[in-house]
Amino acid sequence: MTALTERQGDDDVLTAGGLVNLNGAAVRFDASGVLHWPEERLLVVADLHFEKGSSHGVRGRFVPPYDTRATLRALAEAIGRLRPERVIALGDSFHDGDAERRLAPADLEALTALVGSVDWTWVAGNHDPSPPAGLGGRPVAEIVIGPLVFRHEPRPGRSAGEVAGHLHPAAKVGRARSVRRRAFVCDGSRCLLPAFGAYTGGLNVMDAAFKGLFERSRLIAWMLSDGRVYPVRSAEFLPD
Amino acid sequence: MTETNLLPPKFEAWFASRGWSPRAHQLALLEHGLAGRSVLLIAPTGAGKTLAGFLPSLVDLAARPKWKPGTRRRGVHTLYISPLKALAVDIERNLETPVGGIGLDIAIETRTGDTSASRRQRQKLIPPDILLTTPEQLALLLAGRDAETFFEDLKTVVLDELHALVTSKRGDLLALGLSRLRAIAPGIRTVGLSATVAEPDELRAWLMSQAPGEPLSLSEVVTVAGGARPDIRIFEADDSIPWAGHSARYAYKGLLEEIDRRRMTLIFVNTRSQAEMVFSELWRLNDANLPIALHHGSLDVGQRRKVEAAMADGRLRAVVATSTLDLGIDWGDVDLVIHIGAPKGASRLAQRVGRANHRMDEPSTALLVPANRFEVLECQAALDANYIGAQDTPPIRDGALDVLAQHVLGRAVAGPFRADDFYAEVASAYSYRHLDRERFDRVVDLVATGGYALRAYERYAKIKLTADGTWRLTHPRFAQAYRLNVGTIIESPMLKVRLGGKARGRGPVMGGRLLGEVEEYFCEQMKVGDTFLFAGEVLRFEGMRETEVIVSRARSSDPRIPVYAGGKFPLSTFLAAGVRKMLSDPSSWGKLPAPVRDWLELQRDHSLLPRPDELLVETFPHRGRYFLVLYPFEGRLAHQTLGMLLTRRLERFGQKPLGFIATDYVIGVWCAADVGGAFARGEPTLSRLLEPDMLGDDLEAWMAESYLLKRMFKSCAMIAGLVEKNAIGSQKTGRQVTVSTDLIYDVLREHQPDHILLEAAWADASSGLLDLGRLSDMLSRINGRIVHKRLDRISPLAVPIMLEIGGERVAGEADEDVLRQAADEIIREAMA
Repeated sequence: MTALTERQGDDDVLTAGGLVNLNGAAVRFDASGVLHWPEERLLVVADLHFEKGSSHGVRGRFVPPYDTRATLRALAEAIGRLRPERVIALGDSFHDGDAERRLAPADLEALTALVGSVDWTWVAGNHDPSPPAGLGGRPVAEIVIGPLVFRHEPRPGRSAGEVAGHLHPAAKVGRARSVRRRAFVCDGSRCLLPAFGAYTGGLNVMDAAFKGLFERSRLIAWMLSDGRVYPVRSAEFLPD
Repeated sequence: MTETNLLPPKFEAWFASRGWSPRAHQLALLEHGLAGRSVLLIAPTGAGKTLAGFLPSLVDLAARPKWKPGTRRRGVHTLYISPLKALAVDIERNLETPVGGIGLDIAIETRTGDTSASRRQRQKLIPPDILLTTPEQLALLLAGRDAETFFEDLKTVVLDELHALVTSKRGDLLALGLSRLRAIAPGIRTVGLSATVAEPDELRAWLMSQAPGEPLSLSEVVTVAGGARPDIRIFEADDSIPWAGHSARYAYKGLLEEIDRRRMTLIFVNTRSQAEMVFSELWRLNDANLPIALHHGSLDVGQRRKVEAAMADGRLRAVVATSTLDLGIDWGDVDLVIHIGAPKGASRLAQRVGRANHRMDEPSTALLVPANRFEVLECQAALDANYIGAQDTPPIRDGALDVLAQHVLGRAVAGPFRADDFYAEVASAYSYRHLDRERFDRVVDLVATGGYALRAYERYAKIKLTADGTWRLTHPRFAQAYRLNVGTIIESPMLKVRLGGKARGRGPVMGGRLLGEVEEYFCEQMKVGDTFLFAGEVLRFEGMRETEVIVSRARSSDPRIPVYAGGKFPLSTFLAAGVRKMLSDPSSWGKLPAPVRDWLELQRDHSLLPRPDELLVETFPHRGRYFLVLYPFEGRLAHQTLGMLLTRRLERFGQKPLGFIATDYVIGVWCAADVGGAFARGEPTLSRLLEPDMLGDDLEAWMAESYLLKRMFKSCAMIAGLVEKNAIGSQKTGRQVTVSTDLIYDVLREHQPDHILLEAAWADASSGLLDLGRLSDMLSRINGRIVHKRLDRISPLAVPIMLEIGGERVAGEADEDVLRQAADEIIREAMA
């Protein structure tokens, strides 16, 4: 593979410290699926979709009701490891308006404790326009920190410094056999986070929904697999 | 009673008018029938099995007084169940001859997925005397509110092709349906019709109601000796037989000559894609334009019916077919059966050969066409087996729990039930006789609320235990969901293949004609520009548009992606033993073609030929890698499993395995380390490597991360109704199932590893795709009997597997490899 600098003059993919340069902010795409901004001691997580499982259960499709605790466990692990001061949940944290009432007591307790352990911000999403009361944390429509703006749904067209979720990006690569994984997608200016919830699927980054959002030549999918992150150029992407 | 006065005069006259007399087994079945005894009829094709099965019902119905208007409608008298709907239609046609000829006033109707809604409705109001149907339709009938009146007059259940039904989940569904029928009409008797089987007592027990803790109750049995000895030959070509591959291309010219000499030839192959390939290759050489047709499950129904009609009219000279033509359908005047590829089992071969000359007293003629050298050995073993009349069918396993879950919901749809009664009813089925009450209750709980330790779904239960002690359905929409999802056949989602233009800019050019359908998984691994064979043409993959695959005609005649995914059926244990015996016994080689004989002699000189109870392991270097080749002859599934476990263990012993490939006969593993040298030094010894204990922890560890269990879990979850195969108003493709079953599997395995559906998935995997029973038998058989031959180059016997190498990579690591190759190295290094 050709060196990045020779190819397209985008030697600013990484900062000197080995972090990803996102509109001037030095961030890390963590293999767990959260975005970490060390300088701000900030952790960002998107599309938790708590109680997605039980939303099927009410209709008689009894999928295992353990997605909330699986999601919570993974998130608690990331928070414990990265030790942020603030956490931003980037919307669609709850699968629907009724989700809070369906939380199992143990899950509710764990979630409340986790929210109380840091400075927590709930960004509103289309599944959860008003975040549940009584869990703690601060509800906002969107929030600006330095060069970055955090909101749930990406604005159409280019939007420098935007960090969003909503689309559940995933990428597919390979030759004789292909591999499809959840991914951060980032062109250096904007970043979309993978969905973090245990029952959330992924939408292929080649899908029309991503059209116009990125500078294609600078687009990299940071694919998550088996505790590792693989940065993959857009030329490698396969459609579904 | 003498034979003659069993048969009413009307019947006797009809037999006489056709110049026939009833056959002994037909009278034997009549006698058992009139005495109300259940019976298994084992007979070869062409023995008049159908008439024998129905004769007691026809006699009984003929003696029944005519129904008087104004009296209660009578329910169905005889129920006939077959695995194929085509078979039901065929039987209806066949019964018309005696019923019309004798002048009987008997209503015979079919009920299949194709039967119109109005006709179904009418059948419920005015039940026919004889109803011909499938296991799925029976389940639907039993779930109807009027099931009890519909079946209360039932006297006889005829089960056709019983040997083929009982070893699958459909057989479990049928076993449960039968136990339900017995509860509604306790006096019913069963009639099983079967081809020759290895263990007739299993089928005899299957036909009866069983009481727990008591000796098995067996039905009567009537066995018809085989007809004339079949005339089976192995195809001999002037050309040499290929070392590897599955195309059998070398034989096509000779086969066309054979077809030309016959009236009507049936050509059997093992897979759909093989049928495609054989069909197109034959036509390429078919200068005489012999009318040759294609018949397989992916073809449009209309197309299939056309082929069947043309066959019946004698307008065709040959049909290339897969197992859709496998079962007892009568296709007219076939005088030659050609079998391409190895038959994989002696019983399967006997069944297929039975298609020729549908008259018992004339010998069938069949031609076996091995596609490679190992298949020559297998064909010869099958041929020997047929002559000595040996048979092999898989044993009947314990009934599946996911199918039981479906049945529980169906039972609740029919009406309220008491768990005690229902448990006794289910456990009376032969396949469920080992089911204990605790497991049964867990399955009921699975249906009710998902069976979770976290009782999250109590409020949304599908069925509820009510105050009067009965379980009841809580909402009619669950009945509707049940009807849409009944059945045990989970099909791989199919994509339409459409001819379009080359990809330009953002995607393929649309708009050509439809060529057919392929499995979704086949396309998942393709990228633009890949070429493959379909509908007789080499096509270029241009891309996907929703549920369509867009292709163009490729210029090359050489498809890059092989469609042939190996045989669908693994080599049977019985034939495997035959092949091992033949290898070890040079005196039996006289029957083999000269190139194969030479090949075995070379192997004897350069390496060695193992005795039947030994396992030969060869090691040799080749192009900078070290190869390990094992010759267990235990079938592809068991080999696949062994290959996975072996590579794990070799890894642990520091032998750096890079990949492996498994066929029906051989496993080949390649390593970066000198694995032969390691064995020679005893680091490790081969017997340590192949210890039976590898089925313990190693298996557990591998299964935990294997994709295989996920696949099994998906079909169990669908059959059990945890996720819906069909939602109301829409047919979702596999990928669109709302929460991916893979994600569900991961979460469930972590949070409730003892969940009953995980247990069901494990049972399916170990009996099905992993073939664990067989692998475990093999490991104990070879324990202490492993012969290692360390060579400096490829042995003759290893050539076929070396030609097939390039397939599988070491499990788990392969995905990471793909990602590593695609990833931007510079960034990765900078990050590190």
